[in-house]
Amino acid sequence: MNFLKKTLPLILAFVSGWLAITLEYIPHQNSEATMASLTKGLIIIGAITAFMGIYGLFSLHYLKIKRRSEGWGYSTLVIAGFMIMTAFGIYNNGAFMFQPQVEAGGISWIYEYIFNPCQATMFSILAFFIASAAYRTFRAKSLEAGILLVAAIIVMFGKVPIAGLVSEHIPEVAQWLLDYPNMAVKRAIFFGVALGGISTALRIIFGIERSYLGGE
Amino acid sequence: MSNIDTTTIATSKKSDFLVFAIFFSIIIIVNAILLGSGHLKWGLEGVGIMMGAAFTISLYSFLYKDNPLFKMAEHFYVGVATAYLIIVTWYSVILTDVIYAFRDLTKAPFSSSVFWQMVAIILPTLIGLLVYTRIIPRFAWMSKITFSIIIGFGSGLAIPNLINAYILEQAKPSMTALWTSAGGFEWNAIIVFIGVISTLIYFFFSLEHKGAVGATAKVGIWFLMVSFGASFGFTVMARFSLLIERVNFLFHDWIPLIK
Repeated sequence: MNFLKKTLPLILAFVSGWLAITLEYIPHQNSEATMASLTKGLIIIGAITAFMGIYGLFSLHYLKIKRRSEGWGYSTLVIAGFMIMTAFGIYNNGAFMFQPQVEAGGISWIYEYIFNPCQATMFSILAFFIASAAYRTFRAKSLEAGILLVAAIIVMFGKVPIAGLVSEHIPEVAQWLLDYPNMAVKRAIFFGVALGGISTALRIIFGIERSYLGGE
Repeated sequence: MSNIDTTTIATSKKSDFLVFAIFFSIIIIVNAILLGSGHLKWGLEGVGIMMGAAFTISLYSFLYKDNPLFKMAEHFYVGVATAYLIIVTWYSVILTDVIYAFRDLTKAPFSSSVFWQMVAIILPTLIGLLVYTRIIPRFAWMSKITFSIIIGFGSGLAIPNLINAYILEQAKPSMTALWTSAGGFEWNAIIVFIGVISTLIYFFFSLEHKGAVGATAKVGIWFLMVSFGASFGFTVMARFSLLIERVNFLFHDWIPLIK
Protein backbone atom coordinates (compact mmCIF):
# COMPACT_ATOMS: atom_id res chain seq x y z
CA MET A 1 0.00 0.00 0.00
CA ASN A 2 2.89 2.32 0.81
CA PHE A 3 4.20 1.68 -2.71
CA LEU A 4 0.87 2.68 -4.28
CA LYS A 5 0.47 5.78 -2.13
CA LYS A 6 4.02 7.16 -2.18
CA THR A 7 6.32 5.46 -4.67
CA LEU A 8 3.95 4.96 -7.62
CA PRO A 9 3.09 8.70 -7.98
CA LEU A 10 6.81 9.52 -7.97
CA ILE A 11 7.51 6.87 -10.62
CA LEU A 12 4.62 8.18 -12.75
CA ALA A 13 5.86 11.77 -12.47
CA PHE A 14 9.37 10.62 -13.44
CA VAL A 15 8.22 8.53 -16.41
CA SER A 16 5.69 11.07 -17.75
CA GLY A 17 8.20 13.92 -17.30
CA TRP A 18 10.95 12.13 -19.21
CA LEU A 19 8.46 10.98 -21.83
CA ALA A 20 7.49 14.61 -22.51
CA ILE A 21 11.14 15.74 -22.74
CA THR A 22 12.18 12.81 -24.95
CA LEU A 23 9.24 13.14 -27.35
CA GLU A 24 9.85 16.88 -27.71
CA TYR A 25 13.45 16.31 -28.81
CA ILE A 26 12.85 13.41 -31.23
CA PRO A 27 12.22 14.93 -34.68
CA HIS A 28 10.10 12.09 -36.07
CA GLN A 29 6.48 12.08 -37.22
CA ASN A 30 5.57 9.23 -34.82
CA SER A 31 7.05 11.14 -31.93
CA GLU A 32 5.17 14.28 -32.96
CA ALA A 33 1.89 12.36 -33.32
CA THR A 34 2.38 10.73 -29.89
CA MET A 35 3.18 14.12 -28.38
CA ALA A 36 0.03 15.65 -29.89
CA SER A 37 -2.04 12.75 -28.58
CA LEU A 38 -0.52 12.99 -25.08
CA THR A 39 -0.97 16.76 -24.97
CA LYS A 40 -4.63 16.33 -25.88
CA GLY A 41 -4.87 13.66 -23.19
CA LEU A 42 -3.45 16.12 -20.69
CA ILE A 43 -6.08 18.69 -21.72
CA ILE A 44 -8.80 16.04 -21.22
CA ILE A 45 -7.45 15.18 -17.75
CA GLY A 46 -7.35 18.89 -16.86
CA ALA A 47 -10.92 19.40 -18.11
CA ILE A 48 -12.28 16.46 -16.13
CA THR A 49 -10.47 17.52 -12.95
CA ALA A 50 -11.83 21.08 -13.36
CA PHE A 51 -15.25 19.75 -12.35
CA MET A 52 -13.73 18.80 -8.99
CA GLY A 53 -13.59 22.54 -8.34
CA ILE A 54 -17.39 22.62 -8.17
CA TYR A 55 -17.30 20.08 -5.37
CA GLY A 56 -14.79 22.22 -3.47
CA LEU A 57 -16.77 25.43 -4.02
CA PHE A 58 -20.09 23.84 -3.11
CA SER A 59 -18.86 22.03 -0.01
CA LEU A 60 -17.33 25.28 1.31
CA HIS A 61 -20.46 27.36 0.78
CA TYR A 62 -22.85 24.55 1.76
CA LEU A 63 -21.09 24.27 5.14
CA LYS A 64 -21.31 28.04 5.61
CA ILE A 65 -25.05 27.97 4.90
CA LYS A 66 -25.64 24.86 7.03
CA ARG A 67 -23.80 26.33 10.04
CA ARG A 68 -25.32 29.78 9.49
CA SER A 69 -21.76 31.19 9.65
CA GLU A 70 -21.26 34.94 9.33
CA GLY A 71 -22.03 36.01 5.74
CA TRP A 72 -23.85 32.77 4.90
CA GLY A 73 -26.35 34.79 2.86
CA TYR A 74 -23.59 35.69 0.40
CA SER A 75 -22.84 31.97 -0.01
CA THR A 76 -26.38 31.47 -1.29
CA LEU A 77 -25.59 34.08 -3.97
CA VAL A 78 -22.54 32.08 -5.12
CA ILE A 79 -24.70 28.99 -5.47
CA ALA A 80 -27.53 30.99 -7.10
CA GLY A 81 -25.13 32.55 -9.65
CA PHE A 82 -23.66 29.15 -10.40
CA MET A 83 -27.05 27.43 -10.72
CA ILE A 84 -28.55 30.11 -12.99
CA MET A 85 -25.54 30.13 -15.34
CA THR A 86 -25.30 26.33 -15.35
CA ALA A 87 -29.03 25.99 -16.07
CA PHE A 88 -28.66 28.22 -19.14
CA GLY A 89 -25.53 26.27 -20.09
CA ILE A 90 -27.37 22.95 -19.94
CA TYR A 91 -30.42 24.38 -21.73
CA ASN A 92 -28.08 25.66 -24.49
CA ASN A 93 -30.81 27.79 -26.03
CA GLY A 94 -33.05 24.76 -26.54
CA ALA A 95 -30.39 22.46 -28.01
CA PHE A 96 -29.36 21.02 -24.60
CA MET A 97 -25.93 20.02 -23.41
CA PHE A 98 -25.11 17.20 -25.86
CA GLN A 99 -25.32 19.47 -28.90
CA PRO A 100 -22.57 22.00 -29.80
CA GLN A 101 -22.76 25.25 -27.85
CA VAL A 102 -25.20 27.81 -29.27
CA GLU A 103 -23.77 31.33 -29.05
CA ALA A 104 -27.11 32.90 -28.12
CA GLY A 105 -29.79 32.88 -25.45
CA GLY A 106 -29.46 33.19 -21.69
CA ILE A 107 -25.80 32.26 -21.47
CA SER A 108 -24.78 34.96 -23.95
CA TRP A 109 -27.00 37.46 -22.14
CA ILE A 110 -25.43 36.71 -18.74
CA TYR A 111 -21.99 36.78 -20.33
CA GLU A 112 -22.61 40.17 -21.96
CA TYR A 113 -24.50 41.92 -19.16
CA ILE A 114 -23.18 40.35 -15.95
CA PHE A 115 -19.94 38.42 -16.45
CA ASN A 116 -18.24 40.96 -18.74
CA PRO A 117 -19.20 44.12 -16.75
CA CYS A 118 -18.17 42.46 -13.47
CA GLN A 119 -14.85 41.31 -14.90
CA ALA A 120 -14.04 44.70 -16.44
CA THR A 121 -15.07 46.51 -13.23
CA MET A 122 -12.95 44.22 -11.04
CA PHE A 123 -9.89 44.84 -13.23
CA SER A 124 -10.53 48.57 -13.47
CA ILE A 125 -10.79 48.86 -9.66
CA LEU A 126 -7.08 48.10 -9.71
CA ALA A 127 -6.49 51.43 -11.49
CA PHE A 128 -7.49 53.24 -8.28
CA PHE A 129 -5.33 51.08 -6.06
CA ILE A 130 -2.33 51.42 -8.39
CA ALA A 131 -2.84 55.20 -8.44
CA SER A 132 -3.05 55.39 -4.64
CA ALA A 133 -0.03 53.10 -4.25
CA ALA A 134 1.88 55.28 -6.72
CA TYR A 135 0.98 58.42 -4.77
CA ARG A 136 2.40 56.89 -1.60
CA THR A 137 5.52 55.31 -3.10
CA PHE A 138 6.51 57.56 -6.00
CA ARG A 139 8.79 59.91 -4.14
CA ALA A 140 11.98 60.77 -5.97
CA LYS A 141 14.09 60.20 -2.85
CA SER A 142 17.00 58.67 -4.78
CA LEU A 143 18.32 58.55 -8.35
CA GLU A 144 16.78 55.09 -8.88
CA ALA A 145 13.36 56.20 -7.61
CA GLY A 146 13.62 59.30 -9.85
CA ILE A 147 14.35 57.16 -12.94
CA LEU A 148 11.36 54.95 -12.15
CA LEU A 149 9.13 57.98 -11.66
CA VAL A 150 10.22 59.66 -14.91
CA ALA A 151 9.85 56.43 -16.94
CA ALA A 152 6.36 55.84 -15.55
CA ILE A 153 5.25 59.43 -16.21
CA ILE A 154 6.57 59.36 -19.80
CA VAL A 155 4.80 56.06 -20.57
CA MET A 156 1.54 57.11 -18.88
CA PHE A 157 1.51 60.50 -20.59
CA GLY A 158 2.69 59.06 -23.91
CA LYS A 159 -0.27 56.69 -24.01
CA VAL A 160 -2.96 59.39 -23.94
CA PRO A 161 -3.98 61.28 -27.11
CA ILE A 162 -3.12 64.72 -25.65
CA ALA A 163 0.57 63.76 -25.52
CA GLY A 164 0.69 63.71 -29.31
CA LEU A 165 -0.78 67.22 -29.41
CA VAL A 166 1.86 68.54 -26.97
CA SER A 167 4.73 66.97 -28.88
CA GLU A 168 4.80 64.16 -31.40
CA HIS A 169 7.99 62.86 -29.75
CA ILE A 170 6.37 62.01 -26.40
CA PRO A 171 4.43 58.94 -27.69
CA GLU A 172 7.54 57.89 -29.63
CA VAL A 173 9.74 58.10 -26.51
CA ALA A 174 7.12 56.18 -24.50
CA GLN A 175 7.06 53.43 -27.12
CA TRP A 176 10.87 53.42 -27.31
CA LEU A 177 11.09 52.94 -23.53
CA LEU A 178 8.75 49.95 -23.81
CA ASP A 179 10.47 48.47 -26.87
CA TYR A 180 14.14 48.74 -25.92
CA PRO A 181 15.23 49.36 -22.28
CA ASN A 182 12.11 47.56 -20.99
CA MET A 183 12.60 44.69 -23.43
CA ALA A 184 16.28 44.34 -22.46
CA VAL A 185 15.38 43.97 -18.78
CA LYS A 186 12.56 41.55 -19.57
CA ARG A 187 14.97 39.38 -21.54
CA ALA A 188 17.41 39.26 -18.62
CA ILE A 189 14.55 38.40 -16.24
CA PHE A 190 13.29 35.71 -18.65
CA PHE A 191 16.71 34.02 -18.50
CA GLY A 192 16.37 33.83 -14.72
CA VAL A 193 12.75 32.65 -14.94
CA ALA A 194 13.78 29.92 -17.40
CA LEU A 195 16.60 28.68 -15.17
CA GLY A 196 14.31 28.70 -12.12
CA GLY A 197 11.52 26.94 -14.03
CA ILE A 198 13.84 24.29 -15.44
CA SER A 199 15.38 23.54 -12.04
CA THR A 200 11.90 23.28 -10.43
CA ALA A 201 10.72 20.99 -13.25
CA LEU A 202 13.78 18.77 -12.78
CA ARG A 203 13.21 18.68 -9.01
CA ILE A 204 9.63 17.46 -9.64
CA ILE A 205 10.68 14.86 -12.22
CA PHE A 206 13.40 13.47 -9.94
CA GLY A 207 11.04 13.37 -6.94
CA ILE A 208 12.93 15.97 -4.87
CA GLU A 209 9.98 18.38 -4.92
CA ARG A 210 6.92 16.50 -3.60
CA SER A 211 4.66 19.25 -2.29
CA TYR A 212 2.09 18.51 -5.02
CA LEU A 213 1.54 15.12 -3.33
CA GLY A 214 0.36 16.81 -0.15
CA GLY A 215 3.74 17.46 1.41
CA GLU A 216 4.65 13.79 1.85
CA MET B 1 -21.08 33.30 21.25
CA SER B 2 -20.94 36.23 23.65
CA ASN B 3 -23.70 38.83 24.01
CA ILE B 4 -21.44 41.51 22.50
CA ASP B 5 -20.85 39.39 19.35
CA THR B 6 -24.56 38.69 18.95
CA THR B 7 -25.37 42.41 19.29
CA THR B 8 -22.66 43.33 16.74
CA ILE B 9 -23.99 40.80 14.18
CA ALA B 10 -27.58 41.96 14.72
CA THR B 11 -26.54 45.60 14.20
CA SER B 12 -24.51 44.75 11.09
CA LYS B 13 -27.46 42.75 9.66
CA LYS B 14 -29.72 45.78 10.17
CA SER B 15 -27.24 48.14 8.53
CA ASP B 16 -26.71 45.66 5.65
CA PHE B 17 -30.46 45.54 5.09
CA LEU B 18 -30.60 49.34 5.11
CA VAL B 19 -27.79 49.57 2.52
CA PHE B 20 -29.56 47.07 0.24
CA ALA B 21 -32.91 48.87 0.65
CA ILE B 22 -31.44 52.30 -0.19
CA PHE B 23 -29.37 50.98 -3.12
CA PHE B 24 -32.17 49.03 -4.76
CA SER B 25 -34.62 51.91 -4.23
CA ILE B 26 -32.25 54.31 -6.02
CA ILE B 27 -31.61 51.82 -8.82
CA ILE B 28 -35.36 51.21 -9.30
CA ILE B 29 -36.15 54.96 -9.33
CA VAL B 30 -33.34 55.79 -11.80
CA ASN B 31 -34.31 52.90 -14.09
CA ALA B 32 -37.98 53.91 -13.93
CA ILE B 33 -37.04 57.45 -15.00
CA LEU B 34 -34.85 56.10 -17.82
CA LEU B 35 -37.63 53.77 -19.02
CA GLY B 36 -40.19 56.56 -18.71
CA SER B 37 -38.06 59.00 -20.69
CA GLY B 38 -37.63 56.39 -23.42
CA HIS B 39 -33.84 56.21 -23.14
CA LEU B 40 -34.00 52.56 -22.10
CA LYS B 41 -36.32 50.12 -23.84
CA TRP B 42 -38.02 47.40 -21.84
CA GLY B 43 -36.56 44.16 -23.16
CA LEU B 44 -33.55 41.89 -22.88
CA GLU B 45 -31.11 44.65 -23.82
CA GLY B 46 -32.68 47.23 -21.52
CA VAL B 47 -32.80 44.86 -18.54
CA GLY B 48 -29.24 43.79 -19.34
CA ILE B 49 -28.02 47.40 -19.19
CA MET B 50 -29.85 47.92 -15.88
CA MET B 51 -28.32 44.75 -14.41
CA GLY B 52 -24.86 45.64 -15.72
CA ALA B 53 -25.10 49.11 -14.20
CA ALA B 54 -26.24 47.72 -10.82
CA PHE B 55 -23.36 45.24 -10.74
CA THR B 56 -20.83 47.88 -11.84
CA ILE B 57 -21.91 50.36 -9.14
CA SER B 58 -22.01 47.60 -6.51
CA LEU B 59 -18.44 46.56 -7.33
CA TYR B 60 -17.17 50.15 -7.44
CA SER B 61 -18.64 50.71 -3.97
CA PHE B 62 -15.57 48.84 -2.70
CA LEU B 63 -13.57 52.00 -3.40
CA TYR B 64 -15.28 53.51 -0.34
CA LYS B 65 -14.80 50.41 1.83
CA ASP B 66 -15.74 46.74 2.01
CA ASN B 67 -19.53 46.70 2.16
CA PRO B 68 -22.52 44.37 1.67
CA LEU B 69 -23.20 45.65 -1.88
CA PHE B 70 -19.71 44.72 -3.02
CA LYS B 71 -19.93 41.35 -1.27
CA MET B 72 -23.27 40.65 -2.95
CA ALA B 73 -21.97 41.43 -6.46
CA GLU B 74 -18.64 39.71 -5.83
CA HIS B 75 -20.22 36.46 -4.60
CA PHE B 76 -22.71 36.33 -7.47
CA TYR B 77 -19.88 37.01 -9.93
CA VAL B 78 -17.81 34.15 -8.45
CA GLY B 79 -20.75 31.76 -8.97
CA VAL B 80 -21.34 32.94 -12.53
CA ALA B 81 -17.62 32.88 -13.43
CA THR B 82 -17.18 29.34 -12.07
CA ALA B 83 -20.21 28.11 -14.00
CA TYR B 84 -18.96 29.85 -17.15
CA LEU B 85 -15.58 28.10 -16.84
CA ILE B 86 -17.30 24.75 -16.40
CA ILE B 87 -19.61 25.37 -19.39
CA VAL B 88 -16.68 26.33 -21.62
CA THR B 89 -14.77 23.23 -20.45
CA TRP B 90 -17.79 21.03 -21.17
CA TYR B 91 -18.49 22.31 -24.67
CA SER B 92 -14.92 22.87 -25.86
CA VAL B 93 -13.16 19.84 -24.36
CA ILE B 94 -15.41 17.15 -22.89
CA LEU B 95 -18.09 17.27 -25.59
CA THR B 96 -15.74 17.78 -28.53
CA ASP B 97 -12.59 15.86 -27.60
CA VAL B 98 -14.15 13.06 -25.53
CA ILE B 99 -17.82 12.39 -26.35
CA TYR B 100 -17.94 13.37 -30.04
CA ALA B 101 -14.44 12.02 -30.76
CA PHE B 102 -15.31 8.65 -29.16
CA ARG B 103 -18.69 8.51 -30.92
CA ASP B 104 -17.01 9.11 -34.29
CA LEU B 105 -14.47 6.36 -33.58
CA THR B 106 -17.19 3.81 -32.75
CA LYS B 107 -18.75 4.51 -36.17
CA ALA B 108 -15.42 4.00 -38.01
CA PRO B 109 -14.35 0.48 -39.16
CA PHE B 110 -12.24 -1.15 -36.43
CA SER B 111 -8.46 -1.11 -36.94
CA SER B 112 -5.36 -0.83 -34.78
CA SER B 113 -5.25 2.93 -35.44
CA VAL B 114 -8.86 3.31 -34.25
CA PHE B 115 -8.08 1.15 -31.21
CA TRP B 116 -5.14 3.37 -30.17
CA GLN B 117 -7.18 6.49 -30.78
CA MET B 118 -9.84 5.07 -28.47
CA VAL B 119 -7.17 4.33 -25.86
CA ALA B 120 -5.95 7.94 -26.22
CA ILE B 121 -9.45 9.08 -25.17
CA ILE B 122 -10.39 6.43 -22.59
CA LEU B 123 -7.09 6.44 -20.65
CA PRO B 124 -6.93 10.20 -19.90
CA THR B 125 -10.64 10.14 -19.09
CA LEU B 126 -10.12 7.39 -16.51
CA ILE B 127 -7.01 9.12 -15.12
CA GLY B 128 -9.03 12.34 -14.84
CA LEU B 129 -11.90 10.57 -13.11
CA LEU B 130 -9.48 9.20 -10.50
CA VAL B 131 -9.30 12.67 -8.98
CA TYR B 132 -12.89 12.24 -7.73
CA THR B 133 -11.67 9.56 -5.32
CA ARG B 134 -10.74 12.52 -3.10
CA ILE B 135 -14.41 12.65 -2.11
CA ILE B 136 -14.05 9.22 -0.42
CA PRO B 137 -11.21 9.50 2.16
CA ARG B 138 -10.38 5.78 2.01
CA PHE B 139 -9.56 5.96 -1.71
CA ALA B 140 -8.27 9.53 -1.76
CA TRP B 141 -4.69 8.35 -2.39
CA MET B 142 -5.72 7.33 -5.94
CA SER B 143 -6.05 11.01 -6.88
CA LYS B 144 -2.27 11.31 -6.45
CA ILE B 145 -1.90 9.25 -9.63
CA THR B 146 -3.73 11.97 -11.59
CA PHE B 147 -1.77 14.78 -9.97
CA SER B 148 1.58 13.05 -10.50
CA ILE B 149 0.87 12.54 -14.21
CA ILE B 150 -0.35 16.13 -14.71
CA ILE B 151 2.56 17.62 -12.77
CA GLY B 152 5.17 15.23 -14.19
CA PHE B 153 4.11 15.62 -17.81
CA GLY B 154 3.65 19.37 -17.35
CA SER B 155 7.16 19.65 -15.90
CA GLY B 156 8.57 17.62 -18.79
CA LEU B 157 6.81 19.86 -21.30
CA ALA B 158 7.94 23.00 -19.47
CA ILE B 159 11.67 22.27 -19.86
CA PRO B 160 11.93 22.40 -23.69
CA ASN B 161 9.34 25.18 -23.82
CA LEU B 162 11.29 27.33 -21.33
CA ILE B 163 14.55 26.67 -23.17
CA ASN B 164 12.97 27.66 -26.48
CA ALA B 165 10.81 30.62 -25.47
CA TYR B 166 12.75 32.13 -22.56
CA ILE B 167 16.38 31.39 -23.46
CA LEU B 168 16.95 30.76 -27.18
CA GLU B 169 14.24 33.10 -28.49
CA GLN B 170 15.38 35.84 -26.10
CA ALA B 171 19.11 35.36 -26.69
CA LYS B 172 18.84 35.45 -30.49
CA PRO B 173 17.54 39.04 -30.87
CA SER B 174 19.92 40.20 -28.12
CA MET B 175 22.95 39.20 -30.18
CA THR B 176 22.44 41.34 -33.25
CA ALA B 177 25.23 43.46 -34.80
CA LEU B 178 26.09 46.55 -32.73
CA TRP B 179 27.84 48.21 -35.66
CA THR B 180 27.43 47.80 -39.40
CA SER B 181 29.52 49.30 -42.20
CA ALA B 182 26.38 50.61 -43.89
CA GLY B 183 24.51 52.05 -40.92
CA GLY B 184 27.24 52.70 -38.33
CA PHE B 185 26.36 52.17 -34.69
CA GLU B 186 23.05 50.44 -34.03
CA TRP B 187 22.10 52.41 -30.91
CA ASN B 188 18.98 50.45 -30.07
CA ALA B 189 20.91 47.15 -30.30
CA ILE B 190 23.60 48.66 -28.05
CA ILE B 191 20.97 49.72 -25.49
CA VAL B 192 19.45 46.22 -25.50
CA PHE B 193 22.89 44.60 -25.22
CA ILE B 194 23.96 46.81 -22.29
CA GLY B 195 20.55 46.38 -20.65
CA VAL B 196 20.59 42.57 -20.85
CA ILE B 197 24.21 42.19 -19.66
CA SER B 198 23.99 44.75 -16.82
CA THR B 199 20.67 43.35 -15.54
CA LEU B 200 22.04 39.81 -15.61
CA ILE B 201 25.11 40.98 -13.67
CA TYR B 202 22.86 42.69 -11.11
CA PHE B 203 21.13 39.33 -10.51
CA PHE B 204 24.45 37.44 -10.39
CA PHE B 205 25.27 37.13 -6.71
CA SER B 206 28.24 34.74 -6.93
CA LEU B 207 30.52 37.76 -7.41
CA GLU B 208 30.66 40.62 -4.93
CA HIS B 209 29.20 43.79 -6.42
CA LYS B 210 32.41 45.83 -6.23
CA GLY B 211 34.56 47.62 -8.81
CA ALA B 212 33.64 46.96 -12.45
CA VAL B 213 31.01 44.37 -11.46
CA GLY B 214 29.45 46.82 -9.00
CA ALA B 215 29.42 49.62 -11.59
CA THR B 216 27.77 47.34 -14.19
CA ALA B 217 25.24 46.15 -11.59
CA LYS B 218 24.46 49.82 -10.86
CA VAL B 219 23.66 50.35 -14.56
CA GLY B 220 21.53 47.20 -14.31
CA ILE B 221 19.54 48.81 -11.47
CA TRP B 222 18.91 51.90 -13.64
CA PHE B 223 17.66 49.68 -16.45
CA LEU B 224 15.48 47.78 -13.99
CA MET B 225 14.00 51.06 -12.73
CA VAL B 226 13.24 52.23 -16.28
CA SER B 227 11.61 48.87 -17.00
CA PHE B 228 9.57 48.86 -13.79
CA GLY B 229 8.45 52.43 -14.41
CA ALA B 230 7.51 51.71 -18.03
CA SER B 231 5.68 48.50 -17.08
CA PHE B 232 3.88 50.34 -14.29
CA GLY B 233 2.81 53.14 -16.62
CA PHE B 234 1.65 50.66 -19.24
CA THR B 235 -0.38 48.67 -16.66
CA VAL B 236 -1.95 51.83 -15.25
CA MET B 237 -3.04 52.97 -18.70
CA ALA B 238 -4.47 49.51 -19.52
CA ARG B 239 -6.51 49.61 -16.30
CA PHE B 240 -7.60 53.16 -16.95
CA SER B 241 -8.85 52.22 -20.41
CA LEU B 242 -11.06 49.63 -18.69
CA LEU B 243 -12.21 52.30 -16.25
CA ILE B 244 -13.04 54.67 -19.13
CA GLU B 245 -15.05 51.89 -20.79
CA ARG B 246 -17.00 51.32 -17.55
CA VAL B 247 -17.63 55.05 -17.05
CA ASN B 248 -18.78 55.26 -20.67
CA PHE B 249 -21.16 52.35 -20.00
CA LEU B 250 -22.59 54.03 -16.90
CA PHE B 251 -22.89 57.55 -18.29
CA HIS B 252 -23.65 56.82 -21.94
CA ASP B 253 -25.31 53.42 -22.26
CA TRP B 254 -27.18 53.63 -18.95
CA ILE B 255 -27.64 57.30 -17.96
CA PRO B 256 -27.27 59.53 -21.06
CA LEU B 257 -24.92 62.16 -19.65
CA ILE B 258 -22.10 61.70 -22.20
CA LYS B 259 -23.26 62.45 -25.72
